Amino acid sequence: MSSHSSVLGPGVTLGGGETGLAGAVTGAKPPDSPRDRMKAQRFQDALFHQVTRFFAFSVLAILVAILGSLLYGAWPALKEFGAGFPFSSDWNPVADKFGGLISVYGTLSTSFIALFVAIPVSFGIALFLTELCPPRLRGPLGIAVELLAAVPSIIYGMWGLFVFAPLFADYIQPLLSATLGNVPFIGGLFQGPKNGIGILSAGLILSVMVIPFIASVMRDVFEVVPGILKESAYGLGATTWEVVWNVVLPYTRVGVIGGVMLGLGRALGETMAVTFVIGNAHRISPSLYEAGNSIASTLANEFAEASSDLHVASLIALGLILFFVTFVVLALSKILLMRLGRLEGDKT
Amino acid sequence: MSDSSVLYRKRMRTNRAALILSLLAMAIGMGFLAWILIVLVYKGFGALSLSLFTQPTPAPGSEGGLSNAILGSLMMVGASTFIATPIGILAGVYLSEFGRRGWLAPATRFINDILLSAPSIVIGVFIYAVYVAQVQHFSGWAGSMALTLIAIPVVVRTTENMLNLVPSTLREAATALGAPRWKVVLHVVLRSAQAGVLTGILLAIARISGETAPLLFTALNNQFTSFDLNGPMANLPVVIFQFAMSPYENWNSLAWGGAIIITFGVLCLNIVVRTLFRKKI
Repeated sequence: MSSHSSVLGPGVTLGGGETGLAGAVTGAKPPDSPRDRMKAQRFQDALFHQVTRFFAFSVLAILVAILGSLLYGAWPALKEFGAGFPFSSDWNPVADKFGGLISVYGTLSTSFIALFVAIPVSFGIALFLTELCPPRLRGPLGIAVELLAAVPSIIYGMWGLFVFAPLFADYIQPLLSATLGNVPFIGGLFQGPKNGIGILSAGLILSVMVIPFIASVMRDVFEVVPGILKESAYGLGATTWEVVWNVVLPYTRVGVIGGVMLGLGRALGETMAVTFVIGNAHRISPSLYEAGNSIASTLANEFAEASSDLHVASLIALGLILFFVTFVVLALSKILLMRLGRLEGDKT
Repeated sequence: MSDSSVLYRKRMRTNRAALILSLLAMAIGMGFLAWILIVLVYKGFGALSLSLFTQPTPAPGSEGGLSNAILGSLMMVGASTFIATPIGILAGVYLSEFGRRGWLAPATRFINDILLSAPSIVIGVFIYAVYVAQVQHFSGWAGSMALTLIAIPVVVRTTENMLNLVPSTLREAATALGAPRWKVVLHVVLRSAQAGVLTGILLAIARISGETAPLLFTALNNQFTSFDLNGPMANLPVVIFQFAMSPYENWNSLAWGGAIIITFGVLCLNIVVRTLFRKKI
């Protein structure tokens, strides 16, 4: 670190009045010959290269450190409960018995509800922004969609608990019970206490939160479709919908899936909004109206007040599962988006 | 003849239905944004007052404000920005200026994009495990570290994108004049991308000022005014969380006041940044 500041030092101070490049470079002791100067410059360049390399490397190191420390912290729990930890539904701090199934179920079910709602809406928004929107409104509306992603998640939580949940309980839940609740097989999902809190509400609020991520990726990938492809289709007499469905979507399929994966990654790890509305009850129930718990909400609620070492280790093990799953999902998303990027490179 | 006109009408109907649904989707998105903002103004506007900024957090049922939480948030966000900026910029410089060859740049780019969306609560658990558990107490520094780890990927990403926009002729011209590489980067490339790099820092600030999850078990909370980053520290998001979940009416109203401050602060930063640098981020 000290060598780093000595590199920046002379450059920063001399930055304003650079008259002779040669004199400015070496700092305190003026060099004697051009060869010395060259040597000094080469050394400084190498140093600068290595310093920036070090910081690039530190980004990698952060990831390795996170994985390593989570694994280390979770070790006591993994040793105690074995490989069955993610599949056991025990969660009893008093008896020191822990398992991840309830939280894993909560995380997965809320995330899938979120995607189920968010994918069609995001597709509609992307379609609107790329094909329908008057060009002048495209910028402001695009920013407005991105602002949905910028609203802090705790705000979604407060809005969800104090505004959305009561309305949801009074109007939407009875409606869903009366309609979907009578459908065989899935009917049971929509029966239960109608208080606006639980897995379904958490999933719906998550869907609002991931819409901007999915929609802006979809919009970006729709925009890379070569104009000539779309124009050809329009020239053959296709309608806007036919162009989007038969030309744009097949061309960008990989990128669209990448965007959906990105949304899934976001939904899995979302904490505060879910903590507010999921109800924080450690059980798995057949109904989506019942309260539950996700990995993130369990961590948020219990970590600071964990009762025993094993409790802390089990919570860290949950964190490890969450980190691992989101890592895989986000990596997949990135690979898919990169593949679309390469396709784009080939065609143009 | 009539067959084709039936088909034609059907295609037109499908098209119209799809476009109407798309318009509806857009309306839903905007509707939610508007709904949230209106609720915030409606519930939070009454709580906004001078004492919100001058009084510390009160006991249940008595008068007070959020001054200690605002101070704590400013200190922690400031400290994180201060640490994350040089790290992020230098890593971004490596990716854009030296990242042509080798395995490190692609790997870093890949991991950085994943860290950008990694669950922030896990970052909190990480800092808890490596720092809080070792020193045995919650502290503002721990909170700042967690926020730093969230801010770095944002700065790296924007810095790289912005430096890539600098025309390579500028680099070539400076190099042709005999400037060493580090000088080309610091004085020519970074300087011409100054505004863009600043954008990245502002985006990082916007991102971390609303983060709650990583602070829950790093900075914790503190009901008194504290300038000591080495002790537990009040901060807006956690105070909002606690006050919103509490049964006391005056705490709830302060929570809405805090929520309106944070949201409009973050949204303003985002709007400024995105209108100035649209398309480049």
